[in-house]
Amino acid sequence: MNGVHDMGGMDGFGKVEPEPNEPAFHEKWEGRVLAMVRAMGSAGAFNIDTSRFYRETLPPHIYLASSYYRKWLLGLEDLLIDKGFVTKPEIAAAHAQGKAKPVKKGKFRLEDVEQSLVRGHFERPAPAPAKFKPGDRVRAKNIHPATHTRLPRYTRGHLGVVERILGCQVFPDSAAMELGENPQWLYNVVFDGTELWGPEADPTVKISIDAFEPYLELT
Amino acid sequence: MTEHDHHHHDDHSELSETELRVRALETILTEKGYIDPAALDAIIQAYETKIGPHNGARVVAKAWSDPDFKKALLEDASKAVRTLGHMGRVGDHLVAVENTPQRHNMVVCTLCSCYPWDMLGLPPVWYKAAPYRSRAVKDPRGVLADFDVSLPKETEIRVWDSTAETRFLVLPMRPKGTDGWSEEQLAELVTRDSMIGTGFPKTPGGPS
Repeated sequence: MNGVHDMGGMDGFGKVEPEPNEPAFHEKWEGRVLAMVRAMGSAGAFNIDTSRFYRETLPPHIYLASSYYRKWLLGLEDLLIDKGFVTKPEIAAAHAQGKAKPVKKGKFRLEDVEQSLVRGHFERPAPAPAKFKPGDRVRAKNIHPATHTRLPRYTRGHLGVVERILGCQVFPDSAAMELGENPQWLYNVVFDGTELWGPEADPTVKISIDAFEPYLELT
Repeated sequence: MTEHDHHHHDDHSELSETELRVRALETILTEKGYIDPAALDAIIQAYETKIGPHNGARVVAKAWSDPDFKKALLEDASKAVRTLGHMGRVGDHLVAVENTPQRHNMVVCTLCSCYPWDMLGLPPVWYKAAPYRSRAVKDPRGVLADFDVSLPKETEIRVWDSTAETRFLVLPMRPKGTDGWSEEQLAELVTRDSMIGTGFPKTPGGPS
């Protein structure tokens, strides 16, 4: 979706402000939110792409005005309500009211923590051979899916070169909508800065994205 | 002790509203039997104490010291890092990219906050915020200037936008004047930002 989360190339947000000796969390609740997202994801309530999609679909003015973990909280609430794990009246009452809908892998316990800290594995057997190879000139398609996608707007319609093949992986556009993993070949594709930002752009800059095969066409 | 005792003055501030909301959700998830709050404590503790840039720094220091390891790291970073042991949490799809005098690498996630957490810990706020995400791909030299970093005009800058599950770790250049240093000494020079590409490693005798 063409949301405000897709920020590459936008102007007006000001300077980057690094914070010296930044703590892991600025507020205790931030850690609780991170841990709840990890725990419910590990328990099988949702996949990582769906959780990203729920943060992206926050209304733009809320997305832009909320801190990072506040966005995680709002996205998590919406997601758990939509999937039937909690209800709006429960949130309002701050207590459970009805029976719990079973979660795929069962309760998230202490012994599940170690595994939840390991990043997931996203490579899958390939249903077909890769269409592109390193060195191929490709165009990022001019597509505008209204749902979740990982093809950033600033690359759409532009020419790049396949630099490496990253295997066949879970396709976020499908997984986010709970339409199955639909594995697709993934490529690192490099664009010249001047191709993306025009002839006035810094000629020493190159930008790459990881692009799934359905995002690309041969030129 | 009741909730009321704590929130006399800031009942309506965003912060306390958020705190109450977080507490409410955790209560519901606990009561419904989805989570054990002690497991949440353990996740938080891991991020506060165990998972941080010291992991990435060890990898970089090893690559600076051991040419075979460096080669393996650049070929398959997940596999190479696993050979170090004590870093069981490294995930798949880790890619190390090497800085050279000709090319400087910089990592961003324009869409959210993708970051090699297992190597660097939680991403800093600036990495997840709009100024960095919007400008890193369009004006990387301007962004580097915000970090007081400048590169020679002719140096190629390669920005890696983390749009899938690949996680990029920058392998910075080894500082001069470190011949004969041990891996432990070298690791002390490796900063988090030098592994994102928004900084350089510390230099021997330089400000720490």
